[in-house]
Amino acid sequence: MEKKILVILEQRNGKIKKSSFEALTVAQNLASSLGFSVDAALIGNEVENLSEVFSYCSCKLVHFTHADLQLYSSSAYKKIAVEYASQQGCEIILLSNTSLGKDLAPRVAIGLKAGLVSDCISLEQKENQLFAVRPIYAGKALQEVKLNSEVKVFSLRPNVFKAVQLETKANEKISTVVEENPDLSNRVKQIIRSEGKLDVAEADIIVSGGRGVKGPEHFNLIEGLAEQLGAAVGASRAVVDAGWRPHEDQVGQTGKTVSPSLYVACGISGAIQHLAGMSSSKYIVAINKDKDAPIFTVADYGIAGDLFEILPILTEEIKKLKS
Amino acid sequence: MKIAVCVSHVPDTATRIKIAADQKSIDPAGVSFVLNPYDEYAVEEALKTKEKFGGEVVVLSVGGDRVKETIRKSLAMGVDEGVHLKTDEALDSFAIAQALADEIKSLGSELVFMGKQSVDYDSGMVGQLTAELLSFNSISVCVTFNLDGNTITAEREIEGGKEIVETSLPCIITAQKGLNEPRYASLKGIMAAKKKVIQEKPVASTPALVENLQLKMPTAKNPGRILGTDSSAVPELVKLLHEEAKVI
Ligand SMILES: Cc1cc2nc3c(=O)[nH]c(=O)nc-3n(C[C@H](O)[C@H](O)[C@H](O)COP(=O)(O)OP(=O)(O)OC[C@H]3O[C@@H](n4cnc5c(N)ncnc54)[C@H](O)[C@@H]3O)c2cc1C
Ligand SMILES: Nc1ncnc2c1ncn2[C@@H]1O[C@H](COP(=O)(O)O)[C@@H](O)[C@H]1O
Repeated sequence: MEKKILVILEQRNGKIKKSSFEALTVAQNLASSLGFSVDAALIGNEVENLSEVFSYCSCKLVHFTHADLQLYSSSAYKKIAVEYASQQGCEIILLSNTSLGKDLAPRVAIGLKAGLVSDCISLEQKENQLFAVRPIYAGKALQEVKLNSEVKVFSLRPNVFKAVQLETKANEKISTVVEENPDLSNRVKQIIRSEGKLDVAEADIIVSGGRGVKGPEHFNLIEGLAEQLGAAVGASRAVVDAGWRPHEDQVGQTGKTVSPSLYVACGISGAIQHLAGMSSSKYIVAINKDKDAPIFTVADYGIAGDLFEILPILTEEIKKLKS
Repeated sequence: MKIAVCVSHVPDTATRIKIAADQKSIDPAGVSFVLNPYDEYAVEEALKTKEKFGGEVVVLSVGGDRVKETIRKSLAMGVDEGVHLKTDEALDSFAIAQALADEIKSLGSELVFMGKQSVDYDSGMVGQLTAELLSFNSISVCVTFNLDGNTITAEREIEGGKEIVETSLPCIITAQKGLNEPRYASLKGIMAAKKKVIQEKPVASTPALVENLQLKMPTAKNPGRILGTDSSAVPELVKLLHEEAKVI
């Protein structure tokens, strides 16, 4: 039997997530170097643009549907993934390390008696073995690991692997499986969305504010810049603890770990716990009136000045550039 | 009801990490260890649940002798009993989960609290692994928890919002910041904790599924440029972001 990689795709609101395309690209590359084929599994009732999958990976797509599977159910999703992977003898399972993937991956691993490496930032094969690298101590160090199990599960950090479109779109092979009686013993009843908000964990650009912003009433400066950049608003723990921003915005060791293309830190000193969550961003800009603030040690570009003076002008300049 | 809470002993988040000579672990010299921050929320939620419904809380920790400190800290917060699952090996998450599952089973506990992740290896999986080994339900990354009879409702944090999850006992809950405000250990609690006996049980060694090959430091970034001290530097910043970094 041909050896297989299984990519477990993720949809939210019927849209396939960008991180799933990243996982498909990783699968495509591994499959060609290992001589494996790729299956992709998508669980959810109504999903748009299924054929987009074939822009990233030459694979067979299996779409598992049932009205109650549109929202995540750890019990049902696990069962579907485990049964499919064991029937098909999939040896490598890839997921994204999103809130859903983090929850699901360990369950799939136990179900398949497989080992799991979570939050991989690199996955490579050398001499037919897979080597994964993952950040530990919130990115203060990196760990290289391999799995000794026959079946191997890896969850990939979003925004790190690039989704690359194939030169010619692969042939579409879609099969639909209508699930009967999914196991809903553990299920999401409802999603409460933060109104129209872009999440720091998914954003390509983040503008964050710290205690230097002086109060919640001044966060409009941060929001204004974020809006011009199409960015998410982040925060240091100091301002979350002060109640100026919700916890979901917190970046850092006990908040979210982010790696956007651009991270703009405004009035943030750059405590080690904050740096831990954002220092892997591709480009970092710091605006801080203290030129000795540790944030400048990780910043690519900095302005050592008053954010109240700089931010309105920066926002204006970006607006000009965009128009 | 016996409520179990699992805690790990980790370097303080302010610690600077140095890699040890074996290239596989961190150099513990000068590192201060603490109760994993997320596990403080787990301990607090276990205590709150006991205060509401009665029963007792048992804390479990897998590791070498130094994890006793963390068990002691939990006892000082008000936990009733401590079990040290002792091993001197650096176990992978699967072996830790197996040790915890075996002990939870022998305790007959049906409600278990853990943290969403240990801030050392940041794996974020022991809760779900343990639940699957025991065939328990589980909800990870919880910011609210409610138990009503047999039914559990919890909110978990997801990208751009929260989701409300419903399930039933037996269950493992993993705690996210925001779930509660952990209490401080009172002087009385600290004194009482000193008198409590921590049961010690050996953990059987199992071959690792996840093999730690080496630790490395991330490549240091080149020092950046400070472009100026006021808004006159803004045009240059925008130009660099647009033309050099190409991120806007
Ligand atoms: C267990 C633990 C976990 C933690 N986890 C996190 C975490 O996940 N994330 C996190 O962020 N922190 C975390 N911290 C807290 C961290 O140690 C710092 O306290 C926090 O990051 C400081 O936030 P700040 O930079 O906003 O505030 P401060 O350190 O007070 O810095 C404010 C900065 O603003 C600058 N400033 C003031 N006025 C202006 C102005 N007008 N214009 C420009 N600059 C100005 C100042 O120069 C200063 O550098 C954690 C701490 C602990 C103990
Ligand atoms: N050695 C351990 N002993 C007891 N509990 C642990 C241990 N390691 C992890 N845990 C629990 O599992 C949670 C998640 O840890 P991890 O999967 O290692 O990130 C922690 O917050 C603890 O509650």
